[in-house]
Amino acid sequence: MSRIFPYPLMMASLVVVWLVLTSFSPGQLVVGVAVALLAGQGLAALHPVKPRLRRWDLIPKLVAIVLYDIVRSNIAVVSIILGGPRRVRRSGFVSIPLELRDPTGLAVLSVIVTSTPGTAWFDYNAARGVLLIHVFDLVDEEGWRELIKSRYEHLLMEIFE
Amino acid sequence: MSHAADLPPGVAVVVAFFVVLGAGLTLVGSFGFYRLRSFYDRIHAPTLGTSWGTAAIVMASMILFSALQSRLVVHEILIGIFVTVTTPVTLMLLGRAALYRDRAERNPDVPAMDPPKGSLVASREDDGEPAAAVAQPDVSGP
Amino acid sequence: MSQSILVVAVTAAQVMLALAMALALARMIRGPRAQDRVLGLDTLYVNSMLMLLVFGMRTGSALYFEAALIIAMLGFVATVALAKFLMRGEVIE
Repeated sequence: MSRIFPYPLMMASLVVVWLVLTSFSPGQLVVGVAVALLAGQGLAALHPVKPRLRRWDLIPKLVAIVLYDIVRSNIAVVSIILGGPRRVRRSGFVSIPLELRDPTGLAVLSVIVTSTPGTAWFDYNAARGVLLIHVFDLVDEEGWRELIKSRYEHLLMEIFE
Repeated sequence: MSHAADLPPGVAVVVAFFVVLGAGLTLVGSFGFYRLRSFYDRIHAPTLGTSWGTAAIVMASMILFSALQSRLVVHEILIGIFVTVTTPVTLMLLGRAALYRDRAERNPDVPAMDPPKGSLVASREDDGEPAAAVAQPDVSGP
Repeated sequence: MSQSILVVAVTAAQVMLALAMALALARMIRGPRAQDRVLGLDTLYVNSMLMLLVFGMRTGSALYFEAALIIAMLGFVATVALAKFLMRGEVIE
């Protein structure tokens, strides 16, 4: 079974994408399943690391937090760009020692940090587990360290580790 | 736009709101990208366009086509997912390239290779090694 | 009624996106460094993709969506290759 369907979630989403891009008809379903089977075999030949999800139930909470933060930081960055040089704004690098080691969790964290305007992921030292981010409006360096760790890292560690 | 003639006004208002919001955010992002002074500041500005700018326009397009064809049209969401997944990759690679170039030139505005243990870099620089050898980027990340 | 609301909104959005494209292009020409130009190109790609989506809403045709998808993919690959080039001086290692 697992040889025919090595990555069931990926293959199911591929079928859905195929149907969305073409039309919802039985013929397209057959073609989509064929494409998904071929892609599954191709991906299995590459032997990628299979991510393990420990806590499915926490994912909606993470998505809600991230969406809220993206809206909030959008507003903050817009007001800084349009506000002009009324207030002295300092931007700078913050290095954060992370406990999270799971590659998938780190990938999700990079998507979160980068899609939030105002923070950008620059470097991650895998040997020492230190992350380097650049913050657009840096008021309190220690505060950002605390924010990334408590708001995202602990949740991601619970989900992936 | 005669194809939208018999659209309910409520739907039209929602679509108009989202399309103007998305385009406005993208414009502000590009304006900031043009105006800000350093590269590390500028890298933040276009994320306005790739986060809520894209999301709002994709949402407007989905609502409009769903209302016009009287069925759920969701294929635009693929663009939203694609942009969300790919933007971190491009910005990370570009940021790392910029950091690497600045470190190789010993630009004082960027942190050295090992920010918490700066003594290591300093002692190696004292040995007279070229900066490029010291500032090798760490490529073993995810 | 709803048609005129949409015409005004879509036209305004197109003007704003055209301005955004012009600003990204201006930064791309001005530089001052290679990474600014690559980031400008990436911004230009995203803006033109959004512009095509708005064009699709204006004409009611699904063809623009496919063009936007292709631009998004090409923009991603092009920016990754250019960033790689900035880092190493060669695209393929």
